[in-house]
Amino acid sequence: MSNYTCQPNKVLSPLERQYVLLTQSGLPIVAQPYQVIAEQLEISVADVLAMTLDLKERGIIRRIAAVPNHYKLGYRFNGMTVWDVEDSSVSEYGKAIGQLPFVSHCYLRPRHLPRWNYNLFAMVHGKTEHEVQQYRTQIKDLLINVLQVRNDDPDHGGTFQTNDMLTSTEILKKTGLRLKR
Amino acid sequence: MDKSSRQSTTELAELSELDKQLINLLQRGLPVAERPFLAIAEQLNSSEDEVLERLNHLMTSRVLTRFGPMFDAVCLGGAFTLAALAVPENRFEEVAAQVNSFDEVAHNYRRTHDFNMWFVVGAESEAEVNQVISSIEKTTALPVLNTPKLEEFYVQLYLPA
Repeated sequence: MSNYTCQPNKVLSPLERQYVLLTQSGLPIVAQPYQVIAEQLEISVADVLAMTLDLKERGIIRRIAAVPNHYKLGYRFNGMTVWDVEDSSVSEYGKAIGQLPFVSHCYLRPRHLPRWNYNLFAMVHGKTEHEVQQYRTQIKDLLINVLQVRNDDPDHGGTFQTNDMLTSTEILKKTGLRLKR
Repeated sequence: MDKSSRQSTTELAELSELDKQLINLLQRGLPVAERPFLAIAEQLNSSEDEVLERLNHLMTSRVLTRFGPMFDAVCLGGAFTLAALAVPENRFEEVAAQVNSFDEVAHNYRRTHDFNMWFVVGAESEAEVNQVISSIEKTTALPVLNTPKLEEFYVQLYLPA
C-alpha cells in the first residue's frame, strides 16, 4: 500500500483522465490489455505502462486486481463493527486492527454525541455468523483497554455501549462510484 | 435489483483448484506488464490462454465483479462520505427510494441498528457531497448521521476462495 497522500483536484493530466475513464469499469481480459488502451489513447503501449506505474507510484491506482462477489465465494456474513476508542489510542489500534486478515476496511470517523458515540469502524467478513462473531470478539480483545466507558445520558435515553456490530440485511443500491465524463 | 436477480447472483460458485488459485492471486494484484497474464500463468503452472479463458468465465458468471485498476477515489479529485439514517420502519421503502434517487448515492444497505440505512455519497467535491446530504435531509425530513473518513488504517478486501 502506498504512503503517498495525494492533492485532490490537481493530480490528473487530461490524458490521465482519459485513462481513468477508459479503465474505471475494468481492463479488457485479453493477452495484451494495455495494447487496447494504447490504441484508444493513441499512444504507445510503453507509454501506457509507464503511465500505469506512475499512477501507482502516486497512489491514484491502489492496485490492478480482481474483486470477488462475496456471496459466490461463500462469504455470506459481514459485520460493520464500530468501537468507541480513546482518541489518544485510536491511530495505534486502528493500524493493528487493519492488519487482521479478516478486516477489509478500517477507518477513523467522527462521533456525533449523543446519537453516535463510535469513532473506529472495521468491516469483517466470514462464511458463518459464528465466524463473524468470533472476529468481533478478537477485535474486542485487542481494544479491551482503550474502549471508552461513558456515563448514561438521560437525554440520550439509554446506555452508551462500548461497541456494536451492524449486519447488512439487504442491498438497497450498489452502483459503485464513477468519474463522470 | 429485484429479489429474483439478487438470488441468482448469490449462489455459491463451483470452482476448480485453478479457479481458486487464480481468484486468490488476482485479488492480490497483477504485475504491470505488456502481457500480465503470462506472468500469472507461469506462477500457476498454467498457460496464458487457459488463464484468460478462466478469468473471462469467472467474470461472466459474476464470481468476480470487477477486474482492473482500483483507483483511490479521493485521489481522483472526488469526495466521499458514509452516512446513515434512522428510518421509521413504516417509511423504510419510501425513504430508500428517496435516498437511492440521488445519483451521488453509490451504495446503500439496510443494517441491524436504530440507524438502519447506511449509504455512501460520492461527488466531485466536498461541497457537492454536503449539498446532497442537505437535500437528503430535506427530502426525507430525517437528520443524516454524517461520518466522513478522518483517517484510513486499511482498505483491501481479500477473500480467499
